[in-house]
Amino acid sequence: MTSEPAHMNPACSFQGLILTLQRYWAEQGCVILQPYDMEVGAGTFHPATTLRALGPKSWRAAYVQPSRRPKDGRYGENPNRLQHYYQFQVILKPNPPNLQELYLGSLKAIGIDTALHDIRFVEDDWESPTLGAWGLGWECWCDGMEVSQFTYFQQVAGFECSPVAGELTYGLERLAMYLQGVESIYDLNFNGLDGVEKVTYGDVFLQAEQEYSRHNFEHADTEMLFRHFRDAEAACRKYLEAGEPKADANDQRHLMALPAYDQCIKASHMFNLLDARGVISVTERQSYILRVRELAKACGAAWLKTEGGGVAA
Amino acid sequence: MDATAMPDLLLELFSEEIPARMQRRAAEDLKKLVTDALVERGFLYEGAKAFATPRRLALHVAGLPVKGQDVREERKGPRVGSPEAAIQGFLKGAGLSSIEQAKIESDSKKGEFYVAIIEKPGRSTPDVLAEILPAIVKTFPWPKSMRWGAASREPGSLRWVRPLHSIVCTFGPETEDPEVVRFDVDGIGSSDVTKGHRFLAPDEIRVKRFDDYAPALERAKVVIDTDRRKDMILHDAKDLAFAQGLELVEDEGLLEEVAGLVEWPVVLMGSFDEAFLDIPPEVIRTTIRANQKCFVLRDPNTGKLANKFLLTSNLIASDGGKTIVGGNERVVRARLSDANFFWKTDQQVKLEDRLEKLKAIVFHEKLGTQYERVERIAALSKELAPIVGADPELAERAARLAKADLVTEMVGEFPELQGLMGRYYATMQGEHASVAAAIEEHYKPLGPSDRVPTDPVSVAVALADKIDTLVGFWWIGETPTGSKDPFALRRSALGIIRLLLEKNIRLSLHQAIVSHLLRAVGADAKRQKKFEDAFILFRESKTSFEPVNAVISGFTRQLIFKSAGRIINDNDQLSDLSSDVQTRLLNSLDDINFYFKLVADPEFHKRGYEGDDSIQQELLATAEKGRALIVEHGSEIATDLLSFFADRLKVYLRDQGARHDLIDAVFALEGQDDLLMIVRRVEALGRFLDTEDGRNLLAGYRRAANILRIEEKKDGRAYDEAPDLQIVNDQGQIEEKALAVVLDGAKREAAAAVEAEDFEGAMRALSRLRQPVDAFFDKVTVNAEDSALRANRLRLLNSIREATRTVADFSRIEG
Repeated sequence: MTSEPAHMNPACSFQGLILTLQRYWAEQGCVILQPYDMEVGAGTFHPATTLRALGPKSWRAAYVQPSRRPKDGRYGENPNRLQHYYQFQVILKPNPPNLQELYLGSLKAIGIDTALHDIRFVEDDWESPTLGAWGLGWECWCDGMEVSQFTYFQQVAGFECSPVAGELTYGLERLAMYLQGVESIYDLNFNGLDGVEKVTYGDVFLQAEQEYSRHNFEHADTEMLFRHFRDAEAACRKYLEAGEPKADANDQRHLMALPAYDQCIKASHMFNLLDARGVISVTERQSYILRVRELAKACGAAWLKTEGGGVAA
Repeated sequence: MDATAMPDLLLELFSEEIPARMQRRAAEDLKKLVTDALVERGFLYEGAKAFATPRRLALHVAGLPVKGQDVREERKGPRVGSPEAAIQGFLKGAGLSSIEQAKIESDSKKGEFYVAIIEKPGRSTPDVLAEILPAIVKTFPWPKSMRWGAASREPGSLRWVRPLHSIVCTFGPETEDPEVVRFDVDGIGSSDVTKGHRFLAPDEIRVKRFDDYAPALERAKVVIDTDRRKDMILHDAKDLAFAQGLELVEDEGLLEEVAGLVEWPVVLMGSFDEAFLDIPPEVIRTTIRANQKCFVLRDPNTGKLANKFLLTSNLIASDGGKTIVGGNERVVRARLSDANFFWKTDQQVKLEDRLEKLKAIVFHEKLGTQYERVERIAALSKELAPIVGADPELAERAARLAKADLVTEMVGEFPELQGLMGRYYATMQGEHASVAAAIEEHYKPLGPSDRVPTDPVSVAVALADKIDTLVGFWWIGETPTGSKDPFALRRSALGIIRLLLEKNIRLSLHQAIVSHLLRAVGADAKRQKKFEDAFILFRESKTSFEPVNAVISGFTRQLIFKSAGRIINDNDQLSDLSSDVQTRLLNSLDDINFYFKLVADPEFHKRGYEGDDSIQQELLATAEKGRALIVEHGSEIATDLLSFFADRLKVYLRDQGARHDLIDAVFALEGQDDLLMIVRRVEALGRFLDTEDGRNLLAGYRRAANILRIEEKKDGRAYDEAPDLQIVNDQGQIEEKALAVVLDGAKREAAAAVEAEDFEGAMRALSRLRQPVDAFFDKVTVNAEDSALRANRLRLLNSIREATRTVADFSRIEG
C-alpha cells in the first residue's frame, strides 16, 4: 500500500486515485495530457486516442477525461449513475507485449493487492458505431466488479490500426468507491481530508447532476440542438474540404484535420443530447449514428494525410 | 517398436485470456488440425487429447513414429548398351553417380535393361511437425481474431484470439529427454518453457513431455482439463451448499462458462440481505447469473431460493477469500438493489398503460411497431378463441397485454425475462389467472422439446402470435432460405403445428392466413414514407403494380402522389370540398399509409369524415377494391405459406416416424389446410395400406394408372369422363359390370365418409373396390377391338383413380 498522505492517497481520496494513476503511467513513458476541452461521451473521443491511434507513429498518453452521457442522468438520485463522470484513459501504441502486466502494476499502485483480490479478464469486445471503431479485449474484473476496459484497437474511423494500440479505460468513480468502501458515488471523499475540510464528490457534483438532468431530459433546446448538429456536420465537411491538399501542390498534407474532428465531436454530443430528450425515433437514430460515423471516417482519412498521421513534412 | 516406447508430441499455445465460450471448440479444432495433417502425411498415432484454459491451448498426441516410412522405389532405365546420353539422363534422374549402382534385369520384350533402386528414408517426425505446426497456428479458425504489438505494423502479421506469447513443443519417447521441436511463428519461437497460474505461480516452468507437463502445471495451480475444472467447481459448490443445509441450483451453461474463466477454481460463498428475497426468484437468479456469473442456492425443503450465492474465483487468497467475498457481495447487493428498484417501479404502472410506449418499438421496418402488432394479435386471438375453446374477451385481453412487459425496466435490463415478468405484473394487478398465464405462455412452444401451453387462452394467443409473425414475414417476402432463418419462422411454424395437433384444434389455415393478411397489410406501409417505397414493396411482394395503380383511383390516388412530393396541381376534386375537410384529409394522408389503413380497417373510411357521406362512400369503394386485390394476392401468399407448413409438418411427422410419402399424398389433394385432419387422414391411410386390401387396391390403382398413362399418351386424349353405363350394361363383361356398380357406390360412400371426417370409414369403403378391381384385371381385356368399348373401359379405369382421390393422391405413395 502506498504511504502517501490522505489527500494524495488513492484509498482515501478521489484525487489521490487520479494522481496515482497519472504518476504510474508517467513512469511508463506516457505523456500526461489534460482533458480535451470539449464535451465527449468517452475518453476514446479525445483526439489523443481517436486520431493518434491512426497512422504508423508510436504514441503513449494518459489523461483524465470528463465524459458526458446525457441519458445516464438520474437527477442525483441513483448512487451508481451519473450523466457526467470521469474516465482515466491510457493509450499505448504499439501496445507493448507486457501491457497486461503494466495494467496489473497500475492496480497494485492504487492499492489493489493481487494476493487478496480476484482479478479477471472477461471477454468484452468493444465497438463504437459512431467512431467506426472496434477492438478485442476484456472488461477487467476485481472481485466480481468491472473496474476497467482493456482493448486492442483493430480499426478506428474505418481504418485498420497499423500498428495496433492498446487502450485502457478506468471507471474512476466505481474504482474509488471500492477503494474507499462507500456505497454511493456522492459519499466519495474527494480531497481526502476529514471534518470541516472534507470535500465529497457530492459537494462537487450533486447539484450539477440535478441541474444537468433537468437540462438533458426536460429543457435542452431541441430546435437549437438539431440546428447545431446540422451546423457541426456542415462545418466539419467544410473544414475538411478547405484543408484538403491541392492536386498539383508539392505538399500533399491535409491542413485542418483537427478542427474538422472537433466538429465531429460536437455533432456526436448534439446527437447524444437529442437522444436523451427522446426526440429521435428508433429509425432516425441509426441514420444519425451513420452521419456521425461518416464524419469520423472523413476526419480519420484527413488525419492520415497529416504529419501526426505519419506523412513526412 | 513397442507402442509404449513410441514418442509423444506435446504442444502448448500460451496467450492472453481466451474468451470462455471459445475454449472448448478451439481445443477440438487444434486436435483435429494437427492429427489430420499428420495422418495426411502418413503419420499414424495412438491417441490424442486437447485441453484449454483461459490462457492456453494444449495438445497431447501419443504414440507417433520417430520418423515417416522409408520409401523404396524401383525405376526402370534404358537397355544395356544404350547411347551414353540416355545412360547419363537415367543416372541423373535416379540420383546415381555411376551405372555400377544400378541393377540389371531382363524380360522377354525389352531384353536386358538397367533398374535403379531409389531409397527415400522417411522424414523425421520433428521435421514434419516443424513444417505443419506454424501453418496451423497462422490459419487457426478462431471465430474472431486480432493483431497486436509492434508486429502489427506490417501487413499479414500473425492473428490470434488475443496476443499469443509463447509456444511449447516437445517430441520424444518416455525413456529419454524429449527434444524441442524448433519452429517460429511470426517471431514467437517454440521452446520447452511455459508459465503457471498468473498470480499463484507466475514463474517459468520447464517441461519435458505431457506426463510431466500436466502435473507440473497442476503444481503451478493450473488445471488444464476443462471437465476436471467443472467437476471441481460442481463438487465444491455442492459441498459448500450442503454444509449450509442448502442445495445448488445447477446450471450447466453457467458451469461451462465459469470453468473457462479460471485456471484454478476456488468456490466461495457469499450472501445478500434476506429482504431481497421478495424479488421473484427468476429475477434474482438471472441478475446474479448474467452480471456476476454466480450460482444461486435453494432450500431443499421449501424449494425457495436462499439468500446465498456461490462465486468461483481464480485465486487462493491470502485472507482465505474474505476480501473477494466482500467485493462480490457489494456488487451483488448493488445489482439486486437495481433489480428491486425495477421490480417496485414496474408495479406502479399498469400493463395497459404501457401500451402507448410500444408505439416507439419497431418490430420490423416493414411490419410496423410492437403496438400495431399487438393490435393485430389481439384481433386474431379473439377470432381464434372460440375455435380453441377460450373466452374471446380473455384472449383479447391477454393478447393486448402480452407484449407490455417489453417496456418494463426489468425486461429492458434482462430481455430473457420477457413474458415471465408480464405474468408477475399481471397477477399483481389482479388480472384473470388465464390472462396472466397467457402473457407468459404465448411465446411457447419455443422448440421441439418445449412445453405446449394448456390453458385455452394461452393457446389462442400463442397461435395468434405465431400466425401474425408468419403472415407478416410472408407478406413482405422475408421467407427462410436454406440455412438462413433470421426470424426463426421455422420455429413459429413448428409451434403452430404442435399447438394444433397436441391440442386437437381444427383450423382452416388458408382462411386464417388470408383474413389476417388484411390486418398485416395495414402496418406494412406504416414506415414507408414515400409512394415509391410502396411501389417497390408491392413489386417485391410479387404483385404487379398495375392493379394497385388501378385501385388507387380518383382523388385517393392524387393525394398519394401529393404525399410523395409529386404535387399534382390539379386539385379540382379537392377544391370542391371545404377547406377544413381538405386539411383533415391531407393531414391524415401524410403518406401511403392512409391507403393501407383504409384497406386494412373496415371502419377507417369513416374516421374523421363524419357527416361527409360522399367522401366516406368514395373511400369505402376504394377500400373494397383494395381488399379484393389483397385477398386475391393473399391467396397466393397463403398457398405458399401452406406449402411451408406442409414441409414443416413432414419434418415433424418424420421425426415421429410417419411416412413422408403419405403426407405428400394427402397434401396433393385440393384445399388441404386443416393440419389436424391431414394428420388423421395420413394415419388412417397408413393403417389401410398395412392391410391386404389396402396393398392390393394400391396395386390395382397402379395398374389402372399405368394403362391409362400409356393409352392416353397413345391416343393423345384423356379419358376423364364418367363411364357410359349403357355401354357397360349392353356390351360389358360381368366383371366390368360389377366394378361399375361397386365403383359408384364406393366412391360416394368414401366421399361421404370423408365429408364426415370418418377417414377409417372412407378407407373401408375403398377396400370394397379391391375384389372387383382384381377380377376386372383378371378377366377383362381393356384394349377391346370395339373402340367405343375400349374407350369406356379406359373411363372405368379412370374412375378407379378418381375414387382413390377421395382419400389421397395414390400416385404419391411410394414402396
